Amino acid sequence: MTEFQIHIKEKAYTSTNSKTRLTIADFDLSIAENEFVCLVGPSGCGKTTLLNIIAELDPHYQGHISLHRKKKETANIGYVFQNPRLLPWRTVRQNIELALQPPVDHSLIDELLSAMQLTEQQHDYPAQLSLGMSRRVAIIRAFAINPEVLLMDEPFVSLDAPTARQVRQLLITIWRKRPHSVLFVTHDLREAIALADRLIFLSSSPMSIVSDIPVTLNRESRDNETEIESFRQFILKQYPEIQSLL
Amino acid sequence: MSIRFFNQYPQIPALLSLILLLAIWHGLAIYLHSNTLPTPWTVAGVLYQAVISGELLFHLGVTLLRLLASFSIAMLLGFAIGILLGNNRQLDVFFDHWLLIFLNVPALVTIILCYVWFGLTELAAILAVVINKVPNVIVTIREGARALDKDLAEMAAVYRFGKQKTLRHIIWPQLHPFVMAATRSGLALIWKIILVVELLGRSNGMGYQLHIFFQLFDVASILAYTIAFVALIQLLEGLILKPLDKHAQRWRR
Repeated sequence: MTEFQIHIKEKAYTSTNSKTRLTIADFDLSIAENEFVCLVGPSGCGKTTLLNIIAELDPHYQGHISLHRKKKETANIGYVFQNPRLLPWRTVRQNIELALQPPVDHSLIDELLSAMQLTEQQHDYPAQLSLGMSRRVAIIRAFAINPEVLLMDEPFVSLDAPTARQVRQLLITIWRKRPHSVLFVTHDLREAIALADRLIFLSSSPMSIVSDIPVTLNRESRDNETEIESFRQFILKQYPEIQSLL
Repeated sequence: MSIRFFNQYPQIPALLSLILLLAIWHGLAIYLHSNTLPTPWTVAGVLYQAVISGELLFHLGVTLLRLLASFSIAMLLGFAIGILLGNNRQLDVFFDHWLLIFLNVPALVTIILCYVWFGLTELAAILAVVINKVPNVIVTIREGARALDKDLAEMAAVYRFGKQKTLRHIIWPQLHPFVMAATRSGLALIWKIILVVELLGRSNGMGYQLHIFFQLFDVASILAYTIAFVALIQLLEGLILKPLDKHAQRWRR
Protein backbone atom coordinates (compact mmCIF):
# COMPACT_ATOMS: atom_id res chain seq x y z
CA MET A 1 0.00 0.00 0.00
CA THR A 2 1.29 3.43 -0.92
CA GLU A 3 2.01 5.53 2.03
CA PHE A 4 2.74 9.17 2.15
CA GLN A 5 4.89 9.98 5.12
CA ILE A 6 5.54 13.34 6.64
CA HIS A 7 8.10 13.71 9.35
CA ILE A 8 9.05 17.20 10.42
CA LYS A 9 11.42 17.38 13.32
CA GLU A 10 11.62 21.12 13.49
CA LYS A 11 10.51 24.14 11.54
CA ALA A 12 11.49 27.53 12.84
CA TYR A 13 10.25 30.88 11.63
CA THR A 14 12.37 33.99 11.89
CA SER A 15 10.35 37.17 11.83
CA THR A 16 11.59 40.49 10.49
CA ASN A 17 12.75 41.64 13.94
CA SER A 18 14.90 38.48 13.92
CA LYS A 19 13.07 36.69 16.72
CA THR A 20 13.01 32.95 16.08
CA ARG A 21 9.90 31.00 16.90
CA LEU A 22 9.29 27.28 16.58
CA THR A 23 6.30 26.74 14.26
CA ILE A 24 6.29 22.98 13.92
CA ALA A 25 7.92 20.43 16.22
CA ASP A 26 7.98 16.64 16.05
CA PHE A 27 5.22 16.30 13.55
CA ASP A 28 4.61 12.78 12.24
CA LEU A 29 1.82 11.85 9.90
CA SER A 30 1.33 9.09 7.40
CA ILE A 31 -1.47 9.00 4.89
CA ALA A 32 -2.72 5.84 3.21
CA GLU A 33 -3.28 5.61 -0.51
CA ASN A 34 -6.45 7.44 -1.57
CA GLU A 35 -7.15 8.58 1.95
CA PHE A 36 -8.87 11.91 2.50
CA VAL A 37 -7.35 13.55 5.56
CA CYS A 38 -8.54 16.82 7.02
CA LEU A 39 -6.24 18.94 9.17
CA VAL A 40 -8.28 20.97 11.65
CA GLY A 41 -6.73 23.61 13.84
CA PRO A 42 -6.85 27.24 14.88
CA SER A 43 -5.80 29.78 12.28
CA GLY A 44 -2.18 30.76 12.38
CA CYS A 45 -1.11 27.39 13.80
CA GLY A 46 1.14 26.60 10.85
CA LYS A 47 -1.10 24.59 8.55
CA THR A 48 -0.17 26.57 5.44
CA THR A 49 3.50 26.32 6.42
CA LEU A 50 3.09 22.55 6.58
CA LEU A 51 1.51 22.38 3.12
CA ASN A 52 4.24 24.64 1.69
CA ILE A 53 6.89 22.30 3.09
CA ILE A 54 5.17 19.30 1.52
CA ALA A 55 4.87 21.16 -1.81
CA GLU A 56 8.62 21.91 -1.70
CA LEU A 57 7.99 25.64 -1.62
CA ASP A 58 9.76 25.92 1.71
CA PRO A 59 13.03 23.99 2.02
CA HIS A 60 14.02 25.45 5.40
CA TYR A 61 13.08 22.70 7.84
CA GLN A 62 14.49 19.60 9.42
CA GLY A 63 12.86 16.32 8.63
CA HIS A 64 11.81 14.40 5.56
CA ILE A 65 8.81 13.74 3.42
CA SER A 66 8.51 10.56 1.45
CA LEU A 67 6.21 8.73 -0.85
CA HIS A 68 6.47 4.97 -1.48
CA ARG A 69 9.29 5.07 1.09
CA LYS A 70 11.35 6.90 -1.49
CA LYS A 71 12.45 10.49 -1.39
CA LYS A 72 9.63 12.77 -2.47
CA GLU A 73 11.37 14.15 -5.59
CA THR A 74 9.27 11.91 -7.79
CA ALA A 75 5.90 12.81 -6.28
CA ASN A 76 3.38 14.63 -8.40
CA ILE A 77 1.70 17.13 -6.11
CA GLY A 78 -1.44 19.12 -6.79
CA TYR A 79 -1.97 22.19 -4.66
CA VAL A 80 -5.18 24.16 -4.29
CA PHE A 81 -4.19 27.38 -2.56
CA GLN A 82 -6.32 29.48 -0.26
CA ASN A 83 -6.92 31.97 -3.05
CA PRO A 84 -7.39 30.52 -6.54
CA ARG A 85 -4.12 31.90 -7.99
CA LEU A 86 -5.29 31.80 -11.59
CA LEU A 87 -3.45 33.77 -14.23
CA PRO A 88 -5.82 36.67 -15.00
CA TRP A 89 -4.38 37.05 -18.53
CA ARG A 90 -5.14 33.45 -19.54
CA THR A 91 -8.52 31.83 -20.08
CA VAL A 92 -9.92 29.14 -17.81
CA ARG A 93 -8.83 26.41 -20.16
CA GLN A 94 -5.37 27.89 -20.72
CA ASN A 95 -4.93 28.14 -16.96
CA ILE A 96 -5.55 24.42 -16.65
CA GLU A 97 -3.46 23.45 -19.68
CA LEU A 98 -0.47 25.47 -18.52
CA ALA A 99 -0.23 23.40 -15.33
CA LEU A 100 0.11 20.17 -17.31
CA GLN A 101 3.26 18.66 -18.65
CA PRO A 102 3.04 17.70 -22.33
CA PRO A 103 1.38 15.76 -23.84
CA VAL A 104 -1.80 17.48 -22.65
CA ASP A 105 -4.76 15.14 -22.15
CA HIS A 106 -7.59 17.26 -23.55
CA SER A 107 -10.28 14.68 -22.85
CA LEU A 108 -9.40 14.73 -19.14
CA ILE A 109 -9.75 18.52 -19.08
CA ASP A 110 -13.11 18.25 -20.84
CA GLU A 111 -14.25 15.66 -18.33
CA LEU A 112 -13.18 17.71 -15.31
CA LEU A 113 -14.68 20.91 -16.73
CA SER A 114 -18.03 19.23 -17.22
CA ALA A 115 -17.88 17.56 -13.78
CA MET A 116 -17.27 20.98 -12.22
CA GLN A 117 -19.97 22.54 -14.44
CA LEU A 118 -17.58 24.96 -16.12
CA THR A 119 -17.70 23.78 -19.74
CA GLU A 120 -19.43 26.98 -20.84
CA GLN A 121 -16.90 29.21 -19.07
CA GLN A 122 -13.77 27.49 -20.39
CA HIS A 123 -12.85 30.35 -22.72
CA ASP A 124 -13.62 33.11 -20.22
CA TYR A 125 -10.95 35.06 -18.39
CA PRO A 126 -10.81 34.70 -14.59
CA ALA A 127 -12.07 38.28 -14.10
CA GLN A 128 -15.38 37.19 -15.60
CA LEU A 129 -15.84 34.37 -13.07
CA SER A 130 -17.40 34.40 -9.62
CA LEU A 131 -15.21 33.40 -6.68
CA GLY A 132 -16.90 30.01 -6.49
CA MET A 133 -16.14 29.39 -10.16
CA SER A 134 -12.50 30.47 -9.79
CA ARG A 135 -12.08 28.08 -6.89
CA ARG A 136 -13.52 25.28 -9.01
CA VAL A 137 -11.01 26.09 -11.78
CA ALA A 138 -8.20 25.86 -9.21
CA ILE A 139 -9.51 22.45 -8.15
CA ILE A 140 -9.66 21.26 -11.77
CA ARG A 141 -6.08 22.44 -12.30
CA ALA A 142 -4.94 20.36 -9.34
CA PHE A 143 -6.88 17.27 -10.43
CA ALA A 144 -5.78 17.57 -14.05
CA ILE A 145 -2.13 16.80 -13.28
CA ASN A 146 -3.21 13.43 -11.88
CA PRO A 147 -1.50 14.06 -8.56
CA GLU A 148 -0.34 11.37 -6.19
CA VAL A 149 -1.08 13.74 -3.37
CA LEU A 150 -3.48 16.65 -3.43
CA LEU A 151 -2.98 19.51 -0.99
CA MET A 152 -5.90 21.83 -0.30
CA ASP A 153 -5.54 24.91 1.86
CA GLU A 154 -8.97 26.10 3.02
CA PRO A 155 -10.13 26.23 -0.59
CA PHE A 156 -13.70 27.12 0.32
CA VAL A 157 -13.03 29.95 2.72
CA SER A 158 -15.05 33.12 2.03
CA LEU A 159 -17.62 31.31 -0.10
CA ASP A 160 -21.22 31.63 1.07
CA ALA A 161 -22.62 28.48 2.66
CA PRO A 162 -24.70 27.15 -0.28
CA THR A 163 -21.86 27.75 -2.77
CA ALA A 164 -19.33 26.12 -0.47
CA ARG A 165 -21.62 23.13 -0.11
CA GLN A 166 -22.09 22.83 -3.84
CA VAL A 167 -18.34 23.00 -4.55
CA ARG A 168 -17.73 20.50 -1.75
CA GLN A 169 -20.12 18.06 -3.34
CA LEU A 170 -18.53 18.53 -6.76
CA LEU A 171 -15.11 17.96 -5.20
CA ILE A 172 -16.20 14.69 -3.60
CA THR A 173 -17.77 13.55 -6.88
CA ILE A 174 -14.60 13.98 -8.89
CA TRP A 175 -12.41 12.69 -6.08
CA ARG A 176 -14.42 9.46 -5.88
CA LYS A 177 -14.13 9.06 -9.61
CA ARG A 178 -10.38 9.72 -9.56
CA PRO A 179 -9.24 8.99 -6.03
CA HIS A 180 -5.88 9.96 -4.60
CA SER A 181 -4.52 10.96 -1.22
CA VAL A 182 -5.78 14.34 -0.08
CA LEU A 183 -4.53 16.59 2.68
CA PHE A 184 -7.23 19.18 3.28
CA VAL A 185 -6.72 22.09 5.67
CA THR A 186 -9.75 23.71 7.27
CA HIS A 187 -10.90 25.27 10.52
CA ASP A 188 -14.53 24.35 9.92
CA LEU A 189 -15.30 21.08 11.69
CA ARG A 190 -18.56 20.50 9.80
CA GLU A 191 -16.75 20.85 6.51
CA ALA A 192 -14.06 18.43 7.70
CA ILE A 193 -16.64 15.83 8.72
CA ALA A 194 -18.42 16.18 5.38
CA LEU A 195 -15.21 15.44 3.47
CA ALA A 196 -12.70 13.38 5.40
CA ASP A 197 -11.89 9.77 6.14
CA ARG A 198 -9.79 10.95 9.02
CA LEU A 199 -9.57 14.11 11.09
CA ILE A 200 -6.26 15.36 12.46
CA PHE A 201 -6.58 18.03 15.14
CA LEU A 202 -3.67 20.40 15.53
CA SER A 203 -2.54 22.65 18.34
CA SER A 204 -0.67 25.85 17.75
CA SER A 205 2.86 27.14 18.41
CA PRO A 206 4.55 24.84 17.89
CA MET A 207 2.10 22.86 15.81
CA SER A 208 1.63 19.25 16.80
CA ILE A 209 -1.04 16.58 16.54
CA VAL A 210 -3.58 16.54 19.38
CA SER A 211 -6.00 13.86 18.14
CA ASP A 212 -6.36 11.56 15.18
CA ILE A 213 -10.02 10.67 14.71
CA PRO A 214 -11.51 8.42 12.00
CA VAL A 215 -14.77 9.62 10.46
CA THR A 216 -17.05 6.60 10.64
CA LEU A 217 -19.99 8.28 8.95
CA ASN A 218 -20.61 6.63 5.57
CA ARG A 219 -20.28 8.89 2.54
CA GLU A 220 -23.88 8.56 1.40
CA SER A 221 -25.29 10.07 4.59
CA ARG A 222 -22.96 13.08 4.55
CA ASP A 223 -25.26 15.22 2.44
CA ASN A 224 -27.51 15.25 5.47
CA GLU A 225 -26.76 18.21 7.77
CA THR A 226 -28.28 16.56 10.85
CA GLU A 227 -26.09 13.47 10.47
CA ILE A 228 -23.02 15.68 10.31
CA GLU A 229 -24.17 17.68 13.30
CA SER A 230 -24.80 14.57 15.40
CA PHE A 231 -21.37 13.19 14.49
CA ARG A 232 -19.87 16.51 15.46
CA GLN A 233 -21.59 16.38 18.87
CA PHE A 234 -20.37 12.78 19.23
CA ILE A 235 -16.70 13.52 18.67
CA LEU A 236 -16.81 16.68 20.78
CA LYS A 237 -18.05 14.55 23.68
CA GLN A 238 -15.70 11.67 22.95
CA TYR A 239 -12.60 13.83 22.51
CA PRO A 240 -12.95 16.79 24.88
CA GLU A 241 -9.36 17.91 24.17
CA ILE A 242 -10.30 19.19 20.71
CA GLN A 243 -12.84 21.70 22.01
CA SER A 244 -10.22 24.32 22.75
CA LEU A 245 -8.94 24.08 19.15
CA LEU A 246 -12.18 25.08 17.44
CA MET B 1 -26.99 67.00 -31.79
CA SER B 2 -27.58 64.57 -28.97
CA ILE B 3 -25.08 62.65 -26.88
CA ARG B 4 -26.15 59.46 -28.61
CA PHE B 5 -25.05 60.89 -31.95
CA PHE B 6 -21.58 61.57 -30.54
CA ASN B 7 -21.41 58.06 -29.13
CA GLN B 8 -22.21 56.65 -32.52
CA TYR B 9 -19.53 58.68 -34.29
CA PRO B 10 -16.77 59.23 -31.76
CA GLN B 11 -14.56 60.89 -34.39
CA ILE B 12 -16.92 63.85 -34.78
CA PRO B 13 -16.18 65.66 -31.49
CA ALA B 14 -12.45 65.22 -32.10
CA LEU B 15 -12.83 66.65 -35.59
CA LEU B 16 -14.93 69.56 -34.33
CA SER B 17 -12.44 70.46 -31.63
CA LEU B 18 -9.62 70.37 -34.19
CA ILE B 19 -11.56 72.64 -36.52
CA LEU B 20 -12.20 75.03 -33.63
CA LEU B 21 -8.48 75.18 -32.88
CA LEU B 22 -7.73 75.96 -36.54
CA ALA B 23 -10.43 78.62 -36.55
CA ILE B 24 -8.99 80.33 -33.46
CA TRP B 25 -5.52 80.22 -34.99
CA HIS B 26 -6.83 81.63 -38.26
CA GLY B 27 -8.77 84.41 -36.54
CA LEU B 28 -5.77 85.37 -34.44
CA ALA B 29 -3.44 85.40 -37.44
CA ILE B 30 -5.81 87.62 -39.43
CA TYR B 31 -6.27 89.95 -36.48
CA LEU B 32 -2.54 90.30 -35.67
CA HIS B 33 -1.52 90.37 -39.31
CA SER B 34 2.12 89.67 -38.44
CA ASN B 35 4.95 87.60 -39.90
CA THR B 36 5.42 85.87 -36.56
CA LEU B 37 2.01 84.18 -36.78
CA PRO B 38 1.15 83.00 -40.31
CA THR B 39 -2.34 81.68 -41.08
CA PRO B 40 -3.02 77.93 -41.22
CA TRP B 41 -3.24 78.27 -45.01
CA THR B 42 0.25 79.69 -45.31
CA VAL B 43 1.62 76.94 -43.08
CA ALA B 44 -0.21 74.28 -45.10
CA GLY B 45 1.39 75.67 -48.26
CA VAL B 46 4.86 75.62 -46.71
CA LEU B 47 4.26 72.08 -45.46
CA TYR B 48 3.19 70.99 -48.93
CA GLN B 49 6.31 72.54 -50.49
CA ALA B 50 8.59 70.94 -47.89
CA VAL B 51 7.07 67.53 -48.53
CA ILE B 52 7.28 67.89 -52.31
CA SER B 53 10.91 68.99 -52.22
CA GLY B 54 11.74 65.97 -50.08
CA GLU B 55 13.52 68.14 -47.54
CA LEU B 56 11.08 67.52 -44.72
CA LEU B 57 10.98 63.78 -45.25
CA PHE B 58 14.76 63.59 -45.24
CA HIS B 59 15.19 65.44 -41.96
CA LEU B 60 12.23 63.69 -40.38
CA GLY B 61 13.69 60.35 -41.46
CA VAL B 62 17.10 61.14 -40.00
CA THR B 63 15.54 62.13 -36.69
CA LEU B 64 13.37 59.02 -36.73
CA LEU B 65 16.42 56.79 -37.25
CA ARG B 66 18.22 58.43 -34.34
CA LEU B 67 15.11 57.98 -32.28
CA LEU B 68 14.84 54.29 -33.11
CA ALA B 69 18.49 53.60 -32.33
CA SER B 70 18.60 55.46 -29.02
CA PHE B 71 15.16 54.24 -27.98
CA SER B 72 15.98 50.56 -28.54
CA ILE B 73 19.30 50.78 -26.76
CA ALA B 74 17.78 52.66 -23.82
CA MET B 75 14.87 50.22 -23.50
CA LEU B 76 17.01 47.08 -23.64
CA LEU B 77 19.60 48.43 -21.23
CA GLY B 78 17.00 49.86 -18.86
CA PHE B 79 14.95 46.67 -18.92
CA ALA B 80 17.90 44.46 -18.03
CA ILE B 81 19.16 46.73 -15.25
CA GLY B 82 15.63 47.35 -13.94
CA ILE B 83 14.93 43.61 -13.62
CA LEU B 84 18.28 43.10 -11.89
CA LEU B 85 17.69 45.87 -9.36
CA GLY B 86 14.08 44.88 -8.78
CA ASN B 87 15.12 41.36 -7.80
CA ASN B 88 18.27 42.07 -5.83
CA ARG B 89 17.96 44.20 -2.73
CA GLN B 90 21.69 44.72 -2.14
CA LEU B 91 22.38 45.87 -5.68
CA ASP B 92 19.29 48.05 -5.53
CA VAL B 93 20.37 49.81 -2.35
CA PHE B 94 23.91 50.23 -3.68
CA PHE B 95 22.99 51.72 -7.05
CA ASP B 96 19.98 53.70 -5.91
CA HIS B 97 22.16 56.79 -5.41
CA TRP B 98 23.64 56.54 -8.88
CA LEU B 99 20.15 56.34 -10.25
CA LEU B 100 19.05 59.39 -8.33
CA ILE B 101 22.02 61.40 -9.61
CA PHE B 102 21.49 60.39 -13.24
CA LEU B 103 17.76 61.08 -12.98
CA ASN B 104 18.48 64.62 -11.88
CA VAL B 105 21.26 65.59 -14.27
CA PRO B 106 19.66 68.07 -16.71
CA ALA B 107 19.39 66.71 -20.25
CA LEU B 108 21.29 69.70 -21.60
CA VAL B 109 24.30 68.93 -19.38
CA THR B 110 24.51 65.33 -20.59
CA ILE B 111 24.29 66.48 -24.19
CA ILE B 112 27.01 69.10 -23.83
CA LEU B 113 29.31 66.71 -21.96
CA CYS B 114 28.82 63.97 -24.53
CA TYR B 115 29.73 66.36 -27.36
CA VAL B 116 32.73 67.68 -25.43
CA TRP B 117 34.03 64.22 -24.53
CA PHE B 118 33.22 62.29 -27.71
CA GLY B 119 33.20 65.06 -30.31
CA LEU B 120 30.35 66.20 -32.54
CA THR B 121 29.64 62.66 -33.72
CA GLU B 122 26.62 60.49 -34.30
CA LEU B 123 27.77 58.21 -31.46
CA ALA B 124 27.90 61.10 -29.01
CA ALA B 125 24.42 62.22 -30.07
CA ILE B 126 22.87 58.81 -29.53
CA LEU B 127 24.78 58.23 -26.31
CA ALA B 128 23.49 61.52 -24.92
CA VAL B 129 19.89 60.48 -25.58
CA VAL B 130 20.45 57.01 -24.13
CA ILE B 131 22.00 58.36 -20.92
CA ASN B 132 19.05 60.69 -20.50
CA LYS B 133 16.49 57.97 -20.99
CA VAL B 134 17.96 54.88 -19.31
CA PRO B 135 17.39 55.96 -15.67
CA ASN B 136 13.67 56.49 -16.34
CA VAL B 137 13.33 53.04 -17.88
CA ILE B 138 15.23 51.47 -14.98
CA VAL B 139 12.98 53.10 -12.39
CA THR B 140 9.77 52.04 -14.14
CA ILE B 141 10.85 48.46 -14.82
CA ARG B 142 12.26 48.13 -11.31
CA GLU B 143 8.83 48.98 -9.91
CA GLY B 144 7.38 46.26 -12.11
CA ALA B 145 9.95 43.68 -11.02
CA ARG B 146 9.30 44.52 -7.37
CA ALA B 147 5.57 44.14 -7.84
CA LEU B 148 5.80 40.61 -9.25
CA ASP B 149 3.23 38.38 -7.57
CA LYS B 150 4.83 35.84 -5.21
CA ASP B 151 1.62 33.79 -5.11
CA LEU B 152 1.73 33.19 -8.84
CA ALA B 153 5.44 32.37 -8.68
CA GLU B 154 4.69 29.70 -6.07
CA MET B 155 1.89 28.34 -8.18
CA ALA B 156 4.28 28.08 -11.12
CA ALA B 157 6.84 26.28 -8.97
CA VAL B 158 4.31 23.73 -7.69
CA TYR B 159 3.02 23.00 -11.18
CA ARG B 160 6.57 22.82 -12.59
CA PHE B 161 6.22 25.56 -15.16
CA GLY B 162 9.96 25.69 -15.83
CA LYS B 163 11.90 28.78 -16.88
CA GLN B 164 10.43 29.45 -20.30
CA LYS B 165 6.79 28.96 -19.33
CA THR B 166 7.23 31.08 -16.20
CA LEU B 167 8.81 33.88 -18.17
CA ARG B 168 6.18 33.91 -20.88
CA HIS B 169 3.00 33.28 -18.89
CA ILE B 170 3.78 34.62 -15.41
CA ILE B 171 6.50 37.28 -15.56
CA TRP B 172 5.98 39.00 -18.91
CA PRO B 173 2.22 39.67 -18.53
CA GLN B 174 2.92 41.30 -15.18
CA LEU B 175 5.72 43.45 -16.57
CA HIS B 176 3.85 44.43 -19.71
CA PRO B 177 2.05 47.50 -18.28
CA PHE B 178 5.37 48.79 -16.95
CA VAL B 179 7.09 48.23 -20.29
CA MET B 180 4.29 50.12 -22.02
CA ALA B 181 4.56 52.96 -19.52
CA ALA B 182 8.32 53.11 -20.08
CA THR B 183 7.77 53.08 -23.84
CA ARG B 184 5.24 55.89 -23.81
CA SER B 185 7.07 58.17 -21.43
CA GLY B 186 10.30 57.20 -23.17
CA LEU B 187 9.11 58.22 -26.61
CA ALA B 188 7.78 61.51 -25.29
CA LEU B 189 11.06 62.27 -23.54
CA ILE B 190 13.32 61.21 -26.41
CA TRP B 191 11.42 63.28 -28.97
CA LYS B 192 12.14 66.36 -26.96
CA ILE B 193 15.76 65.60 -26.14
CA ILE B 194 16.69 64.47 -29.61
CA LEU B 195 15.81 67.87 -31.10
CA VAL B 196 18.13 69.61 -28.66
CA VAL B 197 20.86 67.09 -29.46
CA GLU B 198 20.47 67.84 -33.16
CA LEU B 199 20.29 71.58 -32.61
CA LEU B 200 23.57 71.58 -30.70
CA GLY B 201 25.73 69.24 -32.68
CA ARG B 202 24.31 67.73 -35.85
CA SER B 203 24.01 69.06 -39.39
CA ASN B 204 20.74 67.32 -40.26
CA GLY B 205 17.50 66.26 -38.59
CA MET B 206 14.51 68.18 -37.28
CA GLY B 207 16.46 69.94 -34.55
CA TYR B 208 19.00 71.26 -37.04
CA GLN B 209 16.27 72.48 -39.38
CA LEU B 210 14.39 74.24 -36.59
CA HIS B 211 17.62 75.94 -35.64
CA ILE B 212 18.01 77.30 -39.19
CA PHE B 213 14.39 78.47 -39.32
CA PHE B 214 14.85 80.19 -35.99
CA GLN B 215 17.81 82.14 -37.35
CA LEU B 216 15.76 83.12 -40.41
CA PHE B 217 12.71 83.90 -38.25
CA ASP B 218 10.76 81.56 -40.54
CA VAL B 219 7.79 80.83 -38.28
CA ALA B 220 5.73 79.25 -41.06
CA SER B 221 8.38 76.58 -41.60
CA ILE B 222 8.74 75.99 -37.87
CA LEU B 223 5.00 75.42 -37.59
CA ALA B 224 4.94 73.21 -40.70
CA TYR B 225 7.70 70.99 -39.29
CA THR B 226 5.98 70.86 -35.92
CA ILE B 227 2.75 69.68 -37.53
CA ALA B 228 4.58 66.95 -39.44
CA PHE B 229 6.29 65.95 -36.24
CA VAL B 230 3.11 65.74 -34.16
CA ALA B 231 1.37 63.82 -36.94
CA LEU B 232 4.18 61.27 -36.98
CA ILE B 233 3.95 60.73 -33.20
CA GLN B 234 0.17 60.29 -33.46
CA LEU B 235 0.73 57.75 -36.21
CA LEU B 236 3.20 55.77 -34.08
CA GLU B 237 0.79 55.84 -31.15
CA GLY B 238 -2.25 54.86 -33.20
CA LEU B 239 -0.66 52.26 -35.46
CA ILE B 240 1.80 50.55 -33.11
CA LEU B 241 1.33 51.30 -29.41
CA LYS B 242 -2.47 51.30 -29.17
CA PRO B 243 -2.98 47.96 -30.96
CA LEU B 244 -0.20 46.36 -28.87
CA ASP B 245 -1.82 47.62 -25.70
CA LYS B 246 -5.27 46.50 -26.73
CA HIS B 247 -4.07 42.99 -27.45
CA ALA B 248 -2.21 42.65 -24.18
CA GLN B 249 -5.07 44.05 -22.10
CA ARG B 250 -7.83 41.90 -23.61
CA TRP B 251 -8.32 39.96 -20.36
CA ARG B 252 -9.22 43.02 -18.30
CA ARG B 253 -12.84 43.67 -17.58
